[in-house]
Amino acid sequence: MTEFFLLLISTVFVNNFVLVKFLGLCPFMGVSSKIETAMGMAMATTFVLTLASMSSYLINAYILQPLDLEFLRTISFILVIAVVVQFTEMVVHKTSPKLYRLLGIFLPLITTNCAVLGVALLNVNAEHNFAQSIVYGFGAAVGFSLVLVLFAAMRERIAVADVPSPFKGSAIAMITAGLMSLAFLGFAGLVSF
Amino acid sequence: MQIILYALLALVILAVIFGAVLGYASVRFKVEADPLVDQLNDLLPQTQCGQCGYPGCKPYAEAIANGDEINKCPPGGEATIKNIADLMGVDAKPLDAAHGEEDVKKVAYIREDECIGCTKCIQACPVDAIVGASKVMHTVIVDECTGCDLCVEPCPVDCIDMVPVQQPTSHWKWKEPLIPIKNLS
Amino acid sequence: MQSELSLLEQIKQDKIWEFPGGIHPPEQKSLSNQTAINDLPSCQRYYVPIKQHIGSTDDILVNVGDDVLGNQALTDANLAMTVPVHAPVAGKVVAIEPHVSAHASAKPELTIVIERSDNQKTISAQPIKKWASEDRLTLATQIKKMGLSGMGGAGFPTHIKVNSAKPIDVLILNGVECEPYITSDDVLMREFAHDIITGGQILQHVLQSKICVIAIEDNKPEAIESIKKACEGIEGFKVKVVPTKYPSGGEKQLIQLLTGEQVPSGSIPADLGIVMQNVGTAYAVKEAIIDGLPLTKRVVTITGDRVSASQNVWALLGTPVSELLLHAGFNPEKDQRVIMGGPMMGFAVLDAAMPVIKTTNCILAPSAYKLPEQGVEQACIRCGLCADACPAELLPQQLQWFSKAKDHEKLEDYNLFDCIECGACAYVCPSQIPLVQYYRTSKAEIREAQQEKIKSDKAKVRFEQRQERLEREKEARLAKHKASAEKRAQALQKDTSAKDKIAAALARAKAKKAAKAEESNASVPATVEEDAAAARKAKVAEAIARAKAKKASSQESSQSTDAAPEAETLAKEKPTSENKEQPESQSSEQATPSADELRKQKIAAAIAKAKAKKAKSD
Repeated sequence: MTEFFLLLISTVFVNNFVLVKFLGLCPFMGVSSKIETAMGMAMATTFVLTLASMSSYLINAYILQPLDLEFLRTISFILVIAVVVQFTEMVVHKTSPKLYRLLGIFLPLITTNCAVLGVALLNVNAEHNFAQSIVYGFGAAVGFSLVLVLFAAMRERIAVADVPSPFKGSAIAMITAGLMSLAFLGFAGLVSF
Repeated sequence: MQIILYALLALVILAVIFGAVLGYASVRFKVEADPLVDQLNDLLPQTQCGQCGYPGCKPYAEAIANGDEINKCPPGGEATIKNIADLMGVDAKPLDAAHGEEDVKKVAYIREDECIGCTKCIQACPVDAIVGASKVMHTVIVDECTGCDLCVEPCPVDCIDMVPVQQPTSHWKWKEPLIPIKNLS
Repeated sequence: MQSELSLLEQIKQDKIWEFPGGIHPPEQKSLSNQTAINDLPSCQRYYVPIKQHIGSTDDILVNVGDDVLGNQALTDANLAMTVPVHAPVAGKVVAIEPHVSAHASAKPELTIVIERSDNQKTISAQPIKKWASEDRLTLATQIKKMGLSGMGGAGFPTHIKVNSAKPIDVLILNGVECEPYITSDDVLMREFAHDIITGGQILQHVLQSKICVIAIEDNKPEAIESIKKACEGIEGFKVKVVPTKYPSGGEKQLIQLLTGEQVPSGSIPADLGIVMQNVGTAYAVKEAIIDGLPLTKRVVTITGDRVSASQNVWALLGTPVSELLLHAGFNPEKDQRVIMGGPMMGFAVLDAAMPVIKTTNCILAPSAYKLPEQGVEQACIRCGLCADACPAELLPQQLQWFSKAKDHEKLEDYNLFDCIECGACAYVCPSQIPLVQYYRTSKAEIREAQQEKIKSDKAKVRFEQRQERLEREKEARLAKHKASAEKRAQALQKDTSAKDKIAAALARAKAKKAAKAEESNASVPATVEEDAAAARKAKVAEAIARAKAKKASSQESSQSTDAAPEAETLAKEKPTSENKEQPESQSSEQATPSADELRKQKIAAAIAKAKAKKAKSD
């Protein structure tokens, strides 16, 4: 139990996938201009990550490893992720066409989100069991969502504030992201994972 | 050799499983027609004036959905451009001057002394805001008139004026800054 | 409801709650509350706007040139949300025209202009002396007839407020007057406390409320004394003294002070069982019911350090602001501002002909030293003092950012419409940002956008219905054509004689055409003019024939009928007989030509026709 708790703390704060490991920056910068879009993206990514880390563990454990097909890991993981994302896309399109349009190209881009593939591969590297893989994937997703929503909230306020003109737009967003990253460095050493 | 066979087999099986899942999902979560055009149409001011170059607001909404510029509507003005930009997820552009300038709200007024009752303006009005019949006095219902200007052209005696709408005090639009009083005798 | 009962207990116990925020600007009340209420000398013309309240207006009952008596009703009030206006003096209506309104925009609004006459007479009053035995509707109708609307500043029709469908437990009389400089309620309470309490009793009776609380700020000790004395021995009345803070006099803030309850966003105090009225309105209620007098005057404070004698006056409604200023010894400086209302919520008077209306409580003429002009707006330093000062617990800083960015969605999320525009945030802002100005502009923009949306939705529906109608009509036409074509085809098949008839008719038409062509070739005129003359000749011949026929018929009926038809026919005959001369002479000239001449004439005619065509095309 403690183990899962520490795993969560590690993935959400200490080794946050976006701000510490610098994975998944594309949707982080692209979708965070409005809170509603950010929350939608966060939920979609959580769904994809959890499901993907689950299925990639299963495929790795029951198909690839027994048949000595480790070299197929990358391609099969990408296949899994692509299928899950496609499924998610259909669900979002059906349930919330507005969100679907707002997310635009970033929804299918979750497929190429390095955080998703990263989670799957890191699970294998760390030789997690099934439960640990799920928690790891879920924790990574929670960390991603947390930072995404925080960043979106700040960007909304920055959008209407009196930013000097050379800094307007993506420049101030990058600087803010960097400052957030510095802040999260404060968690370093909290959990030795 | 065997391992390649296993690899191919594994991938094929995976592909079949995933294909089945996706196939089922595509049927289960099928989405009908895109409501984007309707949502865009709701944002447009419905004057049906044609200043955007399209014969009405719905055709322009369809054009925007197909990628046309969003800054062609003068009666909608800046507010409409901003709303469309928010909906489409594109940047808001200033109004395209080639399609007209943003003006005060106007309504049509028929000078009744000169009206000959030809019904040409009634046929032109896209919202049926003109009351009248052949050889009977025509008049504009102010509450329904959108100020689209389409009735002015067809009138053979040129008796229609576009008059700015008077705003009542309760709807007075505050402007910044207020004018300080200079002289009091 | 249980909290209500303990609430009443708590109210009886002298407990005062608090509301968040608020400011303490210098009161400046001692300028104008040292003297009793004076009477304003009458002026020549009174400008009575027909709309001095929140709501709509009904018909005007007088015309230009009418003589009106004092207190006579000038407008009708049958529609909902209408309040009539009355003539402040007896005189003549000299105009009913747009005149500068008592509004920040100074836009001209319909105003009845009355020229005061020397002979002052009032119409007979219609009091309801035994009001305690009257029912709510009768009293509310009288209140409406006497033209009462809220005198605290908003101008809500009083008869609607007191005729609330919801159960009311607490009536609050607002004598707080928190805004600096203004002392009109203060002096009214000092001098007319009994009348105010009587008005309160009438309101209690109308509302059937359990308790009436009169709230006064602690900077008005004489008024507190006066009201307390007037309340002695009267059941259900309580005087509560609240600490001086701006804006304690705001409706929602005062309710929070006295009851600890917050009026939820979007609700009205009646939802909590509370009704609030200004003490001036209570006084007017007493006058309306017991004396039968309509609302034609009110106490107005004339103050500021650019008037030499700051004071309170009984001003008749419709008196131009210039009269008040002159009476108080106006001494304008360069770029003098005159404010109608107080320094926090008042607006600048742009035209001194602006009249005093039911909601005018103060005319302020400050010096630029005491009340500095709006400074230059600087950048927001995000200090947050505005959020500390806001009595409605809003976030003025965020509202300001969104207002500047015109982000209507976010403004509504941050409850822009709960802002009471008190000005506390702008007062404390170190960067001198005119915050309330931004909020007002944004509110107007949002309201406009909502109106536009309603309008465009309506237009869309109408457009679509019109399209449908045109479609339907087209379909109907096509169907009709088809049906009639089918019918015709069927009829032809059934009745072959019809076919023959049609064939015969066509043949006849053809023959006629051919005959006509021959005739025209035979009698060919030499020139185009003679062509026209021949046409005229034919027409005239027809007319002659008609006249002859008529003459014959008239001769038949002339025995039985009067001379008129004969005269008609005679008259008709006259011009025709005149015409008769001409063609006859012409016809005598034209003899029937020979064959050779015929051909020549034909050629000449053809040439002439071609020339005429050429001339036409040129």
